[in-house]
Amino acid sequence: MKRFFRLILRDLTLAARQGSAVTLSLSFFVIVVVLFPLGVGPELSVLARIGPGVLWVAALLSCLLTLDRMFQADFEDGSLDLLMIGPLPTEMIVLAKVIAHWLTSILPLIVIAPILALSLSIPGDGVLALTTALLVGTPTLSLIGAVGAALTMGMRRGGVLLSLLVLPLYIPVLIFGVAAVDAAIALLPMTPHLLLLGGVSLGALVVGPVAAAAALRLSLS
Amino acid sequence: MRFSVQNLACQRADQLIFEGLSFALGPGEAIWVQGRNGAGKSSLLRICAGLLRPHAGGVAWADEDIFTESDRYQGAFHYVGHQDALKPALTVSENIKFWAAYHGHSDIETALAEFELAPLRDTPAGILSQGQKKRTNLARLAASSAPLWILDEPVSALDKHFIALFKEKLLRHLAGGGMAIFATHQDLGIDQVRRLNLDEVAV
Amino acid sequence: MAIDLHKYANPKRFLAITAAIYPWSVWLTVLLLVSGLYLSLFVAPPDYQQGDTVRIMFVHVPAAWMALMIYTMMAVSSAVGLIWKHPVADLTAKAAAPIGACFTFLALVTGSLWGQPMWGTFWVWDARLTSMLILFFLYLGYMAVWESFDDPAKAAKAAAILALVGVVNVPIIRFSVDWWNTLHQPASVATMSGPKIHSSILIPLLVMGLAYTAFFVMVLIIRVKAEILQRRLRVLQVSELRER
Repeated sequence: MKRFFRLILRDLTLAARQGSAVTLSLSFFVIVVVLFPLGVGPELSVLARIGPGVLWVAALLSCLLTLDRMFQADFEDGSLDLLMIGPLPTEMIVLAKVIAHWLTSILPLIVIAPILALSLSIPGDGVLALTTALLVGTPTLSLIGAVGAALTMGMRRGGVLLSLLVLPLYIPVLIFGVAAVDAAIALLPMTPHLLLLGGVSLGALVVGPVAAAAALRLSLS
Repeated sequence: MRFSVQNLACQRADQLIFEGLSFALGPGEAIWVQGRNGAGKSSLLRICAGLLRPHAGGVAWADEDIFTESDRYQGAFHYVGHQDALKPALTVSENIKFWAAYHGHSDIETALAEFELAPLRDTPAGILSQGQKKRTNLARLAASSAPLWILDEPVSALDKHFIALFKEKLLRHLAGGGMAIFATHQDLGIDQVRRLNLDEVAV
Repeated sequence: MAIDLHKYANPKRFLAITAAIYPWSVWLTVLLLVSGLYLSLFVAPPDYQQGDTVRIMFVHVPAAWMALMIYTMMAVSSAVGLIWKHPVADLTAKAAAPIGACFTFLALVTGSLWGQPMWGTFWVWDARLTSMLILFFLYLGYMAVWESFDDPAKAAKAAAILALVGVVNVPIIRFSVDWWNTLHQPASVATMSGPKIHSSILIPLLVMGLAYTAFFVMVLIIRVKAEILQRRLRVLQVSELRER
């Protein structure tokens, strides 16, 4: 367990020292969201209507942007070999990388999402729901993404393939996530949506590390 | 303690690279793997480290298969690949510390001292020269107490002084009952080493 | 022989069995397709609202069935290939994917053609059509994984992992799309197949479904054979290269 946390800590240190990855995905997130008012016009009622969907789609895309580096850097410099021959089971290595990815690439998005939500004139209830839904749902993005990242590791155009593999699998998260926010805005109970979102996340927690570990072993051999 | 390879065959992308390879290694013994490019030197070492599944045959440590009993094997060997596994944003000592903690070793100070890395300890690994990176990578060996060393090109990019240092370190390891399998292009001039030419088992 | 031949060159039993099935599958395809088309185009009654356009359904619905069935079959095949390391299972999954993608595409095209007279637009974000579209992307991803690896053995495993993760997701995606649809489009929009199916419609549908299945078996056999031959050719080429 100590090794597990050490691995997470190392990835966090690396992300902190090379801050570019965090700021990059954060700026990407903001730019994508900003493009929508420019694309559909500044009418606040329209923006409030599409806002939750826009924020969720932007979060999905920004997650995708950082996903292909999840194992790639460790693969390229040989660290992955050493991690694999160490005492930590491969599934735990995947889980550690997933947690580090979520903390460095997705948590910053969730922190800034309320501000963007307000700029899209989403009401207060909706902002709260959005933050909760993002917290409950986004772990799935990292978990499912890990499978794609492990499969495409070491490929020449892995990033493009990664999007094709992973995005269809993200659809349930998108649907339940937006539904929760829409429900909260309409002053309806959002708990069922959040429960579904949490269920998807738990399912991904079971399937993701096992499948990603199998893919990782395969990509290394 | 005995490391043995039985009737090993290695396949890459539908091509059999070598087959019928058998050898055994007891305490104090070393094997120098030779062969032309593409003969499967790195693949053999990766199989020995349990990173690659052999196409046929088995690898055993203390008469137990390393793939089924991987838990018992993992503390027994140390693998140095031809990549350096160093994070450019971390300092030399941070890099060594992480791997030492991850693999359960503690002797970081000796490790730094052995390969004369003390002056570089707070230098980010990103600005090291190739030779210095190699030394940092090798220093992880010094921190480890594993009886079996698996080394892929351990002395490439090192100058004469450090090759001699590495040789001395390797001899001490062997004298203390350790074992080593390594692949190098140049002759290290170690007397008690056995040679294994992969060109002879190539297919 | 330097190359590992047993892996690909041994599906003799498979080839023998398929050789026996193949002529039957051809005849069945022709017979069922002709009778199915006759039943659906001439015998089945026109819809009292939609008229003759309802006949698109007899092409559309079985295609959608096939799309789902083939994906499930691929996942089962992949699991067999992954667990028992049976090389023909991997090849079957690989060979089935483009056929499944074609059926999915057929279902999408006929769905949108049917949508024009029915809803007055070529595309409606109906739950079934949308999940078909997502399934199509899953097929494309699966095929892309096969293309992306140089080593067929690695490609087989990677594709198998993806197919298995995908098949776990298909019901969840389906459920979420239904959920999405009920939230955004209250029940006013008619779904593809009517609430109750009369036997005069059900029988042509089933015959068409069987015709598609026979067609699938026929094309699958051809494609798996081609895959096996291609592997053999590769092995021969590689060994020739070595002997030089």
